[in-house]
Amino acid sequence: MTGASAVQQAVRRIGFWEAVFAVVLVLFAGVTVLRFTRGLGAVTNLSDQFPWGLWIGFDVLCGVGLAAGAFTLTATVHVFNLHRFEPIVRPAILTGFLGYLLVIGGLLFDLGQPWRIWHALVFWNPHSVMFEVAWCVMLYTAVLAIEFSPVVFERWRLERPRRILRSITTPLVIAGVILSTLHQSSLGSLYLIVPSKLHPLWYTPLLPYLFVISAIGAGIGMTILESYLSKRAFGRHLEMDLLEPLARCMVVALGVYALLRVIVIMQSGAAAMLLNPGYEAWMFLLEMVVGVVLPVGLLLVERVRTHPTGLVVSALLAVLGFVMNRLNVSVTGMEGAAGVRYVPSWMEVTVSLGLVALGFALFALAVRYLPVFPEPARGRSS
Amino acid sequence: MSVGLLFDSTRCIGCGACSAACKEANALPLPIEEHPTAYTWTVVERVDGVNVRRLCFHCAQPTCVSVCPVSALRKTPEGPVVYDAARCIGCRYCIMACPFGVPKYQWDRAIPIVGKCVLCADRVARGLPTACAAVCPTGATLFGERNGLVREARRRIAANPDTYVDHVYGVTEAGGTSVLMLSAVAFERLGMKTDVPRRPLPLLTWQILSKVPSFVGVFGALLFGIHWITKRRDAVRAYEAEHRENAP
Repeated sequence: MTGASAVQQAVRRIGFWEAVFAVVLVLFAGVTVLRFTRGLGAVTNLSDQFPWGLWIGFDVLCGVGLAAGAFTLTATVHVFNLHRFEPIVRPAILTGFLGYLLVIGGLLFDLGQPWRIWHALVFWNPHSVMFEVAWCVMLYTAVLAIEFSPVVFERWRLERPRRILRSITTPLVIAGVILSTLHQSSLGSLYLIVPSKLHPLWYTPLLPYLFVISAIGAGIGMTILESYLSKRAFGRHLEMDLLEPLARCMVVALGVYALLRVIVIMQSGAAAMLLNPGYEAWMFLLEMVVGVVLPVGLLLVERVRTHPTGLVVSALLAVLGFVMNRLNVSVTGMEGAAGVRYVPSWMEVTVSLGLVALGFALFALAVRYLPVFPEPARGRSS
Repeated sequence: MSVGLLFDSTRCIGCGACSAACKEANALPLPIEEHPTAYTWTVVERVDGVNVRRLCFHCAQPTCVSVCPVSALRKTPEGPVVYDAARCIGCRYCIMACPFGVPKYQWDRAIPIVGKCVLCADRVARGLPTACAAVCPTGATLFGERNGLVREARRRIAANPDTYVDHVYGVTEAGGTSVLMLSAVAFERLGMKTDVPRRPLPLLTWQILSKVPSFVGVFGALLFGIHWITKRRDAVRAYEAEHRENAP
C-alpha cells in the first residue's frame, strides 16, 4: 500500500466532514495564537477606515439573529401556550445557546482587549447602544443557559432543581423574550448613529424594528434547518406537522419585513437607485430577491410548503437572505463612505468557520448525551 | 469657559511644526506619518494646493462619547474630548461611528488602544494653549475661547469675502464643534466631510435607548397577559370537556 492510498483510506474511515473539521480546528488554533500575540492588524483586513468586519458582521450580528428561534419557540409554547410545539423547543434553545456562544467567541477575538469585557458591568454608559448590547449578550446567554438546564437535570435525574425551574418557567421565558427583542433591535440601533456612512438602501430610522422582524423570520428558518440536519445526522423524522405552521409564521414575518423595506426605500427615495443599479443596488436586489421574495413566494405555494424538500430549501434561502442582510449592513453598505473595499482575510474566515464548526460539534455532542429530542421520536428513528 | 481652535487654511504654510509639537507634548512615538494614525494625532495634508490640518474636531455633543460602552471617552467642560485608555475594551465603536473619521486604532499591537487628538487637555487645564497652537509660526492655528473664535472667523470672512468660502466649518457640523476651520476653496475639495448632519448624532440612538425602560414594562405586561389569557382558555376548555363527559 502506498502512503497516499493509506492516507486516502484513513480519510475515508474518519469521513469527509470530520477531516474538514480537523483541518479547520488546526488552522483556527494557529490563527488564535497569531491574533493574541501579533494583534488585530496581523490577522485581519481591518483598518482605521474599516474598523468592523466579518467578526462583527457574521459572528455577532448573524449569531444573535440565528439564535432567534429560541425566543420565538419558547414564546410560542410558554406565552401562547401552544404546547404541541414542545418537541422542537429544546433543540431551538440549544441552537440559540450555541448561537450566543458564537457571538461571545467572535467578540473575544474582535475586541481589542477582550480580557476587559467585564468593564461594561462596572463603567456604565446608558447612552451607548453597545452598552445595551453588552448587557443583553450577558443576560440572555444566562437565560438561555437556565432554559437549557432542565435537559441536563433530566439527564442526571436531579428532581429538585427541575421542579424549581418548572415553577419559574413563565417569568424566565418572558424575560428571555424581552431580552432577545431588545438585543435584536439594539444590533440594528448600532447603525442608527451612522446616517452619513451607511448606504441609504440600508440606513433607516426603522433599523431596530427591521432587525427584530427579520430575526424572527431567520430564527424560524434556523429551526426548520436544524430539524432537517438532525434528521439527516441522527436519522430522525421531520416533524412536518409542526414545521409547516411555523413556515406560515415565517411567511408572515418575512412578508411584513419585505413590505416595510420597500416602504422605507420608497419614502427615502433610495428606490430610484435600483433603476440604474450599481454595486450596492445589485447587492440589495440579490439580498431581497433571493433571500426574501423567493422564500416567501415558494412558501405561499401549499405543495412546496408541505413537501420536506421545498420547506427546507425555502428555509435555507431565508437564512441566507438574513446573513446577506447583516453582511450588507455591516460591510457592503459601509464601504462607500469608508472609501475602501473590505474583504475578510483567510484568517478572519478561519476564525468564523472554526467557531461555527465548534457549534456544530457541541450540538452533536449535546444531542448524543443529553435528552434534547423527545424520547418517542428517538424510538421511531431506526 | 469652553476653548477651541481656529484653523485658517489660507494662513498655513505647511511647515508641520504642529505635528512635531503634538508628538512631543503627548509623548507619541516618531515618525510623523503622512496621514493621522493612532500614533500621529495631527498632520498637515496638502490637498489641491491647500494646506489643511487633520485633527479631532472635539464636538460639543460627541458621537464617540455617546457610543463608548465603558465611558472611556469623555467631553470635559473646558472643551477637549479625552480618552481613558485604562477603561477601553477595544470595541472600536468610536472609530466606526465618528462622523469625521477621527479615532484611530493601534492595529499593530497585541494590547492596543485608541489614539486621537485630546486638545492637549492637561495643558488646557493649566491655562496653556494647545501645543500645536503654541508653536504655529503664522497663527494659522489659533487657540482661544470658542465663541470668540467663531466671532474672529466671521470677522475674517466679512473682511475678505473674496478670499474665503462663506462658511465656518464646525459651527453647525454635528451640532457644533470646538475646532473650527476656514478655507478659500470648497471644504469638500479638501477632503472634509460635508454630509455630516447638523443635529448632534447622539440624539439618533438616544431616541431609541430612552424608550427601553418603558418598552420592558409594557412588553412584559403584554406577554404576561397573553400567557394568562391563553392558559385560562386551555383551562376552560379542559373543564368543559370534563363536564361534557360527566353529563347524563
